[in-house]
Amino acid sequence: MNESAARRTGGMKNLLETVMHGVFLVCALASILAVALICVFLFANGLPAIREIGVLDFLTGTTWKPGNDIYGILPMIVGSIYITAGAIIIGVPIGLLTAIFMAFYCPKRIYGLLKPCTELLAGIPSIVYGFFGMVVIVPAVRNVAALFGEDISGSSILAASILLGIMILPTIIGVSEAALRAVPNAYYEGAVAMGAAHERAVFTVMLPAAKSGVLAGIVLGIGRAVGETMAVIMVAGNQPRLTGNMLAGIRTLTANIVQEMGYASGLHREALIATGVVLFVFILLINLTFSVLKRRKDA
Amino acid sequence: MTGETTAATGKRAAAKKDAKPRVYGRRRAKLQKGLVYGAATLTFAVLLFLIAYILIRGIPHLKPSLFAWTYNSDNVSMMPAIITTVQMTLLALLLAVPLGLFTAIYLNEYAARGNKLVGIIRITTETLSGIPSIVYGLFGMLFFVTRLKWNYSLLSGAMTLAIMILPLIMRTAEEALMAVPDSFREGSFGLGAGRLRTVFRIVLPAAMPGILSGIILAIGRIVGETAALIFTAGTMAQIPTLFQSGRTLAIHMYVLSGEGLHMNEAYATAVVLLVVVLLMNALSALIARKLTKK
Repeated sequence: MNESAARRTGGMKNLLETVMHGVFLVCALASILAVALICVFLFANGLPAIREIGVLDFLTGTTWKPGNDIYGILPMIVGSIYITAGAIIIGVPIGLLTAIFMAFYCPKRIYGLLKPCTELLAGIPSIVYGFFGMVVIVPAVRNVAALFGEDISGSSILAASILLGIMILPTIIGVSEAALRAVPNAYYEGAVAMGAAHERAVFTVMLPAAKSGVLAGIVLGIGRAVGETMAVIMVAGNQPRLTGNMLAGIRTLTANIVQEMGYASGLHREALIATGVVLFVFILLINLTFSVLKRRKDA
Repeated sequence: MTGETTAATGKRAAAKKDAKPRVYGRRRAKLQKGLVYGAATLTFAVLLFLIAYILIRGIPHLKPSLFAWTYNSDNVSMMPAIITTVQMTLLALLLAVPLGLFTAIYLNEYAARGNKLVGIIRITTETLSGIPSIVYGLFGMLFFVTRLKWNYSLLSGAMTLAIMILPLIMRTAEEALMAVPDSFREGSFGLGAGRLRTVFRIVLPAAMPGILSGIILAIGRIVGETAALIFTAGTMAQIPTLFQSGRTLAIHMYVLSGEGLHMNEAYATAVVLLVVVLLMNALSALIARKLTKK
């Protein structure tokens, strides 16, 4: 190979390097483009409806009657909050205690078996969870209520809370366990050396030290619960009403979109998209909280 | 275990002075231990019950007629849905894997430390991974279905899903690339290979198991997805071409259980979905274990 040929292939190589560098860069920009597109399209299609209905009427209106052009989504906002709160009340204690089990109690031999199980819990599709809720949890709620002389269908805030409590378990367990394991072992050893029992060391030293990581896990769980759609639709009853009754049906923001989008048109359709915008803003706020908590943990 | 014995001797020494708080502490410890074991048992019992319930109720209804080639109202065959699911998965992966992998390569192999763009990309991927699937569905409907006029179609659904799994592919690929020791790269550079050759010949093969396990997780998400597909791919029970509507297995199951007329078939579909997800999880765990053994 003479010198000029060598230079030429070298040049080709450099060109290829530069081109591929550019390709990688462009691909890397795709996620930015995706977020930008999602924001632009959601807000551009949802905000006009909010303006037309009126911000206050839309967010604090207690009646949702598309047939009469009345679009108030307060019942759905409250519905999402109720069900999420219920899921947290059920899921957080169980998930956190399971995370403590995984980090400090589980024998190594069983751990190899149980860890994939928690991942499986996260992998089961929400439609299967919803189906399970529909054929097991809803009838169970109905039957237990019947024992107390209440005649209800069973699709209720309670049923949705139980189901979502189960669904957020893997999130809570995963993040909390990682946070607990990240606490330096010296903390535990120090506590035990000072005479604390295993339980005391875990609950009064390790758990408080992992606090912000655990909180981040809970916030992530809240995000999952607020955004869950299919499973909730199948067990919550979906009536757009304001109620404090745990045994009554309720509709969430997510359910509102799926229930009516199929046949909606005009302002009704835009109001549903606006419901999505409200949901999106909620999620962004929750994610922001999560990253702040995570950053504090890392710091 | 050693912790308990030291605690016990410490306790005996102090027991004479003030017995009361110690007794309380022991009782509390017992309660806490009981709660921890109880919660763990409950968690895994629920998982076991769910899987067992679906399998026991569903397997008897897995009849050959459910795998007939065409769907009609007499025989709600899931075969078109199975084929649509495969099409949807392949198409979404085809779009998302190169994009996610190349992004990971850029972030990990090309971008300089402290590059501002890297920070922005990290934030946007984190945002993407937190967005619920129904919002992806809404966006897909507004952008692909309405704006680009692709209507309810395989392509609209696959594009929506591709964006949805992008952060998952990216994150797992990046972790896999990060796990490749720098000495590999240095060795390759030292032998005169360029950056591109180093990435494709040295780093990527070494990171392959990690990347694969991420892709398999993504397949699991695609197969189970419903909310993002209802208003992008639609619910037609047929084997679609690129611009036709088709329903995946998860949607098939949603439609069946919503109608309430074909609950047995819904159980059977749940079994198929569950088995696919179980297999994917097992496969991903297997590959990941091979990775850590090395």
